Amino acid sequence: MSIWEYANPVRFLALSAKVQPYAWGLAAVGIVVGLVWGFFGTPDDFRQGSTVKIIYLHVPSAWIAINAWIMMLVASLIWLVRRHHVSALAAKAAAPVGLVMTVIGLLTGAIWGQPMWGTWWAWDPRLTSFLILFLFYLGYIALWAAIDDPDTAADLTSVLCLVGSVFALMSRYAVLFWSQGLHQGASLSLDKEENISDVFWLPLVICIAGFTLLFLALVLYRTGTEIALRRARALTARQERVA
Amino acid sequence: MIALLVRDLRLALRAGGGFGLGLAFFLILTVLVPFSVGPQSTLLSTIAPGVLWLGALLACLLSLDRLLALDYEDGTLDVLATAPLPLEAALAVKGVAHWITTGLPLVVAAPALGVLLNLPAQGYGWLVVSLALGTPALSMIGTFGAALTVGIKRGGLLLSLLVLPLYVPTLIFGAEAARRGAVGMSVETPLILLAGISLGCVALLPFAAAAALRMTIR
Repeated sequence: MSIWEYANPVRFLALSAKVQPYAWGLAAVGIVVGLVWGFFGTPDDFRQGSTVKIIYLHVPSAWIAINAWIMMLVASLIWLVRRHHVSALAAKAAAPVGLVMTVIGLLTGAIWGQPMWGTWWAWDPRLTSFLILFLFYLGYIALWAAIDDPDTAADLTSVLCLVGSVFALMSRYAVLFWSQGLHQGASLSLDKEENISDVFWLPLVICIAGFTLLFLALVLYRTGTEIALRRARALTARQERVA
Repeated sequence: MIALLVRDLRLALRAGGGFGLGLAFFLILTVLVPFSVGPQSTLLSTIAPGVLWLGALLACLLSLDRLLALDYEDGTLDVLATAPLPLEAALAVKGVAHWITTGLPLVVAAPALGVLLNLPAQGYGWLVVSLALGTPALSMIGTFGAALTVGIKRGGLLLSLLVLPLYVPTLIFGAEAARRGAVGMSVETPLILLAGISLGCVALLPFAAAAALRMTIR
């Protein structure tokens, strides 16, 4: 028994069907509990007032936006090395989710930034690298959509994902040259003591866990859809050959 | 390899349009900027390095569409893929040819256009150096983008979208080096990083481009 057995679409779908109800359920519980606790159960920040509460949407969506790309990178590598179709389809399925999360991150950031910094947008390193990530998602999805043959599309988007990751990382450091740094440092970290205050910490972690589970559920669901689409495509092609 | 390079250069020269198009675009952009932002010379000299870099980048982008598409249509790429010369080397040569026909003229023309934008006198040298160091990266990234999109009909706009985020680091460091040079600050850090990007792109991207191209013409 190894993880590679789930490269078989039938096995993958069976496992996915077992996992999905838990993922959806726990995601719903996590997001509802986290958001309700965050919005109503925590005090207003002494400087930022109630606007601080957008953090419960902003940080989890940004977290997913970045990690979705990393997941796509791993899935692309698996596709390129071992040519498991489920892997390529999972990468395809994750891209729109990542794109939406990037947009949520940018929008909530803008809504948060307006009262705090007095501006909707600043060419700050973190903001800028996020915008570039948004462009990468757009290009990746557009490339998938532009190629007819699914295997070629999977190949080319995987190469784009690999090269894009290198450049995304490079952009991250390049944009540090605009070192104005309006954006605060990391809200959470494992090794530092500079976490945000304890009152906000627990609901935020619950929110992040909820978003992560939501991402998992969405990717499993969308991968299933992609597999179904591939099957429908194969059946149609066979029918056309017979006819 | 040299034969391929000579062939590509000849084609670019004789096919008409391709060679001068980038330069013409660069000129148009530079001339239009003072009309759009106003002709105050202090403002122009502040933004001159950035505008010149942006113009060079867009001019480069303009010609990427033709980089592999014509060879793909007439079957030359299939011949190249089966030739004894590794496809990686062939694509590196293509990138070099693109740089000679697009990047190099831009580097040469940039100082002349700097005059139009009132670039400070000390900035000319660094502008040329930064462009000379940065445009090879633009050409190689463009070759990779062209290899990705070559099998797609009307892939021109998609190519721009794919290449755009890849161009960001080069643009940032290139324009930063030119800007610092213009105001007399130290330019070493951005120049070194720019050179690093260019060398990395020239060393690695031909492999990625060849991989992408093999997937298309398989």
